[in-house]
Amino acid sequence: MKPRVAFFDFSSCEGCQLQIADLEEEILDLIEIVDVVSFREVMKEHSDEYDIAIVEGSIMRPMDEHRLRKIRSRAKTLIALGACATIGGVNKIRNQWPTEEVIKEVYKDADIKDNEFFNVYPTKAVNEVVPVDYYIHGCPITRDEFKKVITALALGKKPEIPNYPVCVECKKNENVCLFELGKFCLGPITRAGCGAICPSKGSPCDGCRGILSKPDVECVMELLERYDLTYEEMKSRCMMYNTESFNPKDGMTIVRRGRK
Amino acid sequence: MNKDIEIGIEHVTRVEGHGNIVLNVKKGKIEKVQWQISEAPRFFEAMLRGRNYYELRTITSRICGICSIGHSLASLKATEDALNVSISEQTGILRRLAINGENMQSHILHVGYLALPDLLDVKSVFPLVGSKHNDSLLKVVKLHRLSNEMSDLICGRTTHPITLVVGGFSSIPSKKQLLKLKKNLEEGLETVKQLAQVIHSVIDKLPNFKRETEYIGLTSKKEYAFYDGDIASTDTGIFQKYKDYKEIMKEYFVPQSTALHAKHNRDSYMVGALARYNLNSEQLHKEAKNTADLLNLKPICYNPYMNNIAQLVEFVHNIEDSIIQIDKLIKNGIKDEKPADVKIKQGRGVGIIEVPRGILVHDYTLNEKGKCTKANCIIPTNQNHANIQKDMEALVPGILNETKEKIELTLEMLVRAYDPCISCSTHYLNVKFV
Repeated sequence: MKPRVAFFDFSSCEGCQLQIADLEEEILDLIEIVDVVSFREVMKEHSDEYDIAIVEGSIMRPMDEHRLRKIRSRAKTLIALGACATIGGVNKIRNQWPTEEVIKEVYKDADIKDNEFFNVYPTKAVNEVVPVDYYIHGCPITRDEFKKVITALALGKKPEIPNYPVCVECKKNENVCLFELGKFCLGPITRAGCGAICPSKGSPCDGCRGILSKPDVECVMELLERYDLTYEEMKSRCMMYNTESFNPKDGMTIVRRGRK
Repeated sequence: MNKDIEIGIEHVTRVEGHGNIVLNVKKGKIEKVQWQISEAPRFFEAMLRGRNYYELRTITSRICGICSIGHSLASLKATEDALNVSISEQTGILRRLAINGENMQSHILHVGYLALPDLLDVKSVFPLVGSKHNDSLLKVVKLHRLSNEMSDLICGRTTHPITLVVGGFSSIPSKKQLLKLKKNLEEGLETVKQLAQVIHSVIDKLPNFKRETEYIGLTSKKEYAFYDGDIASTDTGIFQKYKDYKEIMKEYFVPQSTALHAKHNRDSYMVGALARYNLNSEQLHKEAKNTADLLNLKPICYNPYMNNIAQLVEFVHNIEDSIIQIDKLIKNGIKDEKPADVKIKQGRGVGIIEVPRGILVHDYTLNEKGKCTKANCIIPTNQNHANIQKDMEALVPGILNETKEKIELTLEMLVRAYDPCISCSTHYLNVKFV
C-alpha cells in the first residue's frame, strides 16, 4: 500500500507548501508513490488516517500545540517542513523580547484577554513540542530535497540530509567568495543542501537551513580576523534564522567558544 | 423559510491561511454570519525593530509565501524612499518584470488550482488528472510553470526572491535568457487565450451576486498601475499624499479576527484585481481587453465573484506587458549594473505597490545608523476582510432557501473569490479603535 501523506500548517508564510504545488507535473509522479489525503491549501478532501504527517510552521499558542500533539499521535512518521518548523525560522526573532512586550507593541490596548486566538507564547520549532523524525530545511525548502526525502520514505529508506557547509556547494558552483566582495555570508557555518542558491545569485547566505551540528570554529575565527569583522556583526547576521544559537544557555555560542 | 441552519466551516480550504465561516440561522432568522480569522499573529513589525536597512527586505519577504516578491518590492521602495536612493531605468523595468511574474504566478495558481475546481464540480485539481478536463489542467500547469520560470530568472527564486536588493539587483539576467523568456511568453499568451475559452464555457457557475462598494488601488497616467502610481478610490478619486495613506486605509480591530479590518468612505472597501480593473481598465493591453470582453467583464463591476475573471484578464495583461518590457531592455542594451550607492541617513519612507491581492504599503522609520525603529505594513487581504463580511451579510438572505451544502459552497466560493492570503494579513501592527 502506498504511504498516506497529510500536510499541516502552523505559523508560517505557507511558502514551503507552495514549493510542492510548484513541482507542477512532478506532483503527478509524487502521487504515484504516495497518497495525499490532506492538503488544505490546495484540496478540500481530508482524512485523519495518515502514515506521514508533514508539518510546516512554528508553534506559538497552546491551541496550536494541542493540534500538533494530535497530529503526532496519529502519524507514524513526522517531518518538519521548512525553517519555521525545523528551527523556528524568522518567527523566533521576536523571542529576544518578552512576549508581553511584543504583544503590547503590536496590539496596543486591544481587549484580547480570554481570546484563545491571541494566547501567544515565545515561538517554538516543532521538535520543541513533539519528536520529529525527519527535517526538510530551508526558507523556503528546495523542491529537489523534498522529492528526495519523500522518495526515500516511500521506498522504506532513511533520507540523508547534508551536514557540511554551504561553502562546499558554493565552491562547486565556482562562485567568487562573497567575503572577497565585502559581504558577510553565513555559508561557512550553515548546513548545505540548497545548492548555495543565494551566494550564487550574489546574495550572502542568511543561514536559513540552520547552523551545522559541528561548525568549524577555527575557520570562522580566521574569517573574522582576515576580513576585519566583529563578533557583533556575526551575531547580528545570525539573528535572522538562528536567534537562539547565540543564546548562552544553548551551548552553541560558536564565536565565544572560539575566543576562549 | 422556517428552517434552522448551522454552518461552521473551520479552516476554509484552497485558500492561503486559516479562516472560518460561521452561519447560524434559527427558524429562518439569521442570528450570526461571520468571517473569522484564526491564524496566529506573527508580529512582523515588532521583529523589524533594530534591524539594518538592508535586512528589512529579507525579513518582510517572509510575511507571505505567495506574494514574497511584492513584499520585497514594497519594502525596497520604502527603504529607498527613506534613504533617498534613486534606481536606474533598467532596475525599474526589471522590477516591473518581477511584479508581472508574481502576479501571473499568483493569479494562475488561484484561478486554475484553487477556484477552477468549483466551476468544474470537483473538490480539488487532483480529480481533474486524466478526466475530460485533463487538457485544461495541463494548460494551467504550463502557465503556472511559465510564471515561476520568469520569477526564477528575474528574482533568483519564486518564493522569497534573492536578487532584489536596495538600489537594484544582485544579479541580472542575460540577453539570451530574456529572449528565451520572451518566446515562452508569446506561447503562453496563446495558451491563456485557450484557457479563457474554457472558463467562458463554465462562467455561469459563478454566482450572480452584486453589492455596491468602494474600490481602492493605485492609478497612474503612464500605465495600468502595479509598481508606481497614486492611491485612487472609485468613490473619492485620486489621493496624492502617499505618506498619509492612513487617511485612506483606516484599519481597526475586531475580536473575531487576528487580522485587522479596514474602511475608508463606506463600511468597507475592496482591493485586488477587480478593484484595479474597475479603476484602470482603459489602460489594459489589447489581448487583455479582448479577454475581458469575452468573459463579459465591464467596469464598474460590483460582483465580487468576478474577481476570478479580473485575475485572468490581468494575467493576459501581465504577459503582454512583459513582452513589451523585455523589448525595451533589449533595445536599451542590458547592462551589468551594480545596485545604486546608499548613503545612510535618518528618515521615514513609504513604499506602495500593487500585489496580486491588492494595494500593499510598507512604512519604515530609520535612525541615523540605518536601523529600523518603527515599521507598519498594510496588507491587501486585511483591507478585504470587512468587505467579505459585508458581502456575506448581503448574500446570505438571498440563498437561505438553498440546501446547506449549496449555501456552504456559495460562501466558500465567495471567500475564495477574494483569494485571501491570511498568513499575510495576520502580520499585525498599529491597532486602532473606532
